[in-house]
Amino acid sequence: MSGAQLSAAHAEAGRRARNARLGLLGPAVLIILLISILPLGITVVYSFLTPGTYGGVTWEFSTAAYVQFLFEEDIFDGTLAFNPAYLQIFLRSIGLAFGAMIGTLILGFPTAYFIATKPRQQRTFWLFLITLPFWTNILIRTYAMLLIIRDEGFINLTLMNLRIINHPLSILYTDTAVFIGLIYTYLPFMVLPLYASLEKLDFRLVEAGYDLYASRWKVLSHVIAPLAKPGIIAGCVLVFIPGLGAYITPELLGGGKKLMIGNMIAIQFGSSRNWPFGSAAALILMALVVIVLLVYARAAGREAKAHG
Amino acid sequence: MADLATTHDAAPAARARKLKARDLKAMPGFKAIAWACIVALYLPLIVLIVFSFNDNRSVVKWTEFSLRWYQAALENEGIRNAAWVSVKVALVATILSTIAATMAALATTRAAAFKGQGLAYAIINQPLMIPEIVTAIATLSLFSLVKYVTGITGIGYLMAAHTAFCIPFAFMPIRARLEDMTLTLEQAGADLYATPLQAFRYITLPLLMPGIVAGAMLAFVVSLDDVIITLMVAGPGETTLPIYILGAIRRGITPEINAVSTILVGVSVLLVALLFLVQRRMEK
Repeated sequence: MSGAQLSAAHAEAGRRARNARLGLLGPAVLIILLISILPLGITVVYSFLTPGTYGGVTWEFSTAAYVQFLFEEDIFDGTLAFNPAYLQIFLRSIGLAFGAMIGTLILGFPTAYFIATKPRQQRTFWLFLITLPFWTNILIRTYAMLLIIRDEGFINLTLMNLRIINHPLSILYTDTAVFIGLIYTYLPFMVLPLYASLEKLDFRLVEAGYDLYASRWKVLSHVIAPLAKPGIIAGCVLVFIPGLGAYITPELLGGGKKLMIGNMIAIQFGSSRNWPFGSAAALILMALVVIVLLVYARAAGREAKAHG
Repeated sequence: MADLATTHDAAPAARARKLKARDLKAMPGFKAIAWACIVALYLPLIVLIVFSFNDNRSVVKWTEFSLRWYQAALENEGIRNAAWVSVKVALVATILSTIAATMAALATTRAAAFKGQGLAYAIINQPLMIPEIVTAIATLSLFSLVKYVTGITGIGYLMAAHTAFCIPFAFMPIRARLEDMTLTLEQAGADLYATPLQAFRYITLPLLMPGIVAGAMLAFVVSLDDVIITLMVAGPGETTLPIYILGAIRRGITPEINAVSTILVGVSVLLVALLFLVQRRMEK
């Protein structure tokens, strides 16, 4: 074979490999493009349309959905007045998701550290204990939590039987219940990435810290926590994002009274029959998530650079 | 001078003793928090499961062991239909998503990194990146448009939606398995005149099987447990088990819900436990 023939054969082989790769990637990429990404485009379009009388949309351009997010139109004279109701739901959701993130971090860090410092054979078992709730139906876990914290639930009955309290603590259908529910739901999401980071921890550095007369708190805050930073960041993102869009927890434990963004969006596609407004709210939620992910990407990038 | 020498020697020894007494790795209170977390994670589920076996309408006062709520659940037409829909949707979504994920994993791992690989990963993982409620209403919007234009209805929409969000879950373990496999065996096969198809059929596929099984199990669990997307996309008569349970909780708490929930939790636990065993075998 001459050189030209060889390079032609090479090019042919390369083309074949590329085609094979495209063929293999095709189905997965196509399914997700069509059923997960294209719908987001539809949502953008819907958010600029007019609600249909029986749900759905009518094809008339309108920015009413975005105006409605902050303002309320007077039905008589059509003037706009500031209406903070929806903004409050967004702020409450951000607050609850942030609180759940901090709460799971405070509980999850010691748990992950404890597991990571166990002998290797025991770690698998502990990890299994954390993973199991991770893969258990969130609806059922939330229902189980509801059974526990109801007025006539397990906790109140136990406390009353022990004569610690006389009247049941009314936790259900409050922000506290939603907060507890979010922590309960997303705790495994925090522990698993933290563990992945802490497991790789080089304890010679901890020893070096103690050798240099660092107190236990100093070692924890100046040696261990910085080394576990990738895990802390990943855990926080994994709790904050689903927490922000939570639907089941506020639905069951907030009793439909303590709304979060997720419920508000769902209602627009259900009883409120205002698909454009629901679409707009979903896009505002998406924007929040994208901001969080960008901050995460930057932080993760900085980490990677710092530890080259 | 002598004084100085003795203190110099004594200090590290004393500190070493002190360090040995308190384990280098131990942090005060961490063990207690870890145990508290495990108890908090499991106590509600244990209460739920225990009271599914209670011979009483109450889900809090124990009277006697009984299977009557399981019997009631199994005889309930609504629950039986919902279970059948759940299994049908999960099976179709698992098969389709596992095939697509396996192909995609083969394309992204067995050769040198290529242009657009990052984009391919981003697309495949996209369903994990955005809140489920957003995917749910977006999918509902698309499907209602497609239904309006084509007039086609049916359970296929729900199956398609499940297939899409199952792909990244099936993809993870399959890709992880492929990344751990070297190409040497396939190369040896090629040296012995195996065609690429034969090499795949008799070498790659058997080696990859644990990853594929793990991916399929994850996809099945994720599909079986889905609430929000199903809630939005499912049409009349397409109620899955979680959607049935959600409706039942809204109507009022009964031990029957505990019984169905226990069955659903049991299936997930069984599959995840199997998955753990498969993965431990893979590590060996």
